[in-house]
Amino acid sequence: MIYLILFAVLLLLMLAAAIYAVFQRDLLYAVIATGVISLVLSVIFYMLQTPDVALTEAAIGVALTTIIFIITIRNTVRHEDEHDKHSREKKIQP
Amino acid sequence: MKNTIVILLLATIGYYLGSIFVNIGFGDPRFVNGVKDTYLALTTSELKVANTVTSIVVNFRGFDTLGEVTVLFLAATALGGILYKKRHAVGERTVLFPASSIVKSGAKLIFPAIVLLGAYVFIHGHLSPGGGFQGGTIIATGFLLMLLAYDNFSVSHNVLSYIESFAGIFFVAFGIAGLMISGSFLENFLPVGNMNDLFSGGVVPIIYILVGFKVAAELTGVIYTVLHEKD
Repeated sequence: MIYLILFAVLLLLMLAAAIYAVFQRDLLYAVIATGVISLVLSVIFYMLQTPDVALTEAAIGVALTTIIFIITIRNTVRHEDEHDKHSREKKIQP
Repeated sequence: MKNTIVILLLATIGYYLGSIFVNIGFGDPRFVNGVKDTYLALTTSELKVANTVTSIVVNFRGFDTLGEVTVLFLAATALGGILYKKRHAVGERTVLFPASSIVKSGAKLIFPAIVLLGAYVFIHGHLSPGGGFQGGTIIATGFLLMLLAYDNFSVSHNVLSYIESFAGIFFVAFGIAGLMISGSFLENFLPVGNMNDLFSGGVVPIIYILVGFKVAAELTGVIYTVLHEKD
């Protein structure tokens, strides 16, 4: 029973992190949220008795992918352009 | 001359593909009972590998593993080719992460432990969960930590490419040796020993150690290339 509750909590945490990553305008926070998804996913893999996949997910998903995205953000822009957003809203309104 | 070679190559490939289609009838159920029982039985009886996943990945489906390693190698090569426009401009760090002294000391302290864990994971790949890919990525994570903490930490690209090339060549060499001695690519030809020993399983641990070195070198090279990008 407690196993199922923990499982549900982890799945909900993953879902919440994914939704946060989609709606966050600061790209750095969004990338860290995707890292949280991978971390929770590796715990779920461990609970599903696949420690091999959990190790891979922890090393690649949490560390390597996140850091490559962070390096990309450092080389480009961090925030989604506010000006872009306003122009998009104006286009939608007739 | 060129056309002749191309036609010969295509004819060879066509012959083998055609023979596959002729020998196996369309929709013929070859694996009615599945292969899992055979794999599980052979892993313990013939190969003496404690971790069944490893025996399937490295021995029974070893050709797929070679393909995966090749895909990773090609991706790393393409990344290096795109980011390194000028060969002589290599060496200056372009992405800097200013780190505090706590991070620096901690990274120095924890880096050997991470590399040791990675080496443990791929050396014990045939005994415990994990293996070449997992151990290689863990070692690459350790190098990533050092590259983030120290701006002047450098990895020799020549050493990385030598490790990568030798690991790849020895992987294929062990496969061809299996083809020569036992009659099938990557088949075991060494004595298997006792189950649960460190030196057991024939070629399986050797190949996983090679895969571990190769993956570690490739991923470290990828991170190093991205951090030293030159525009």
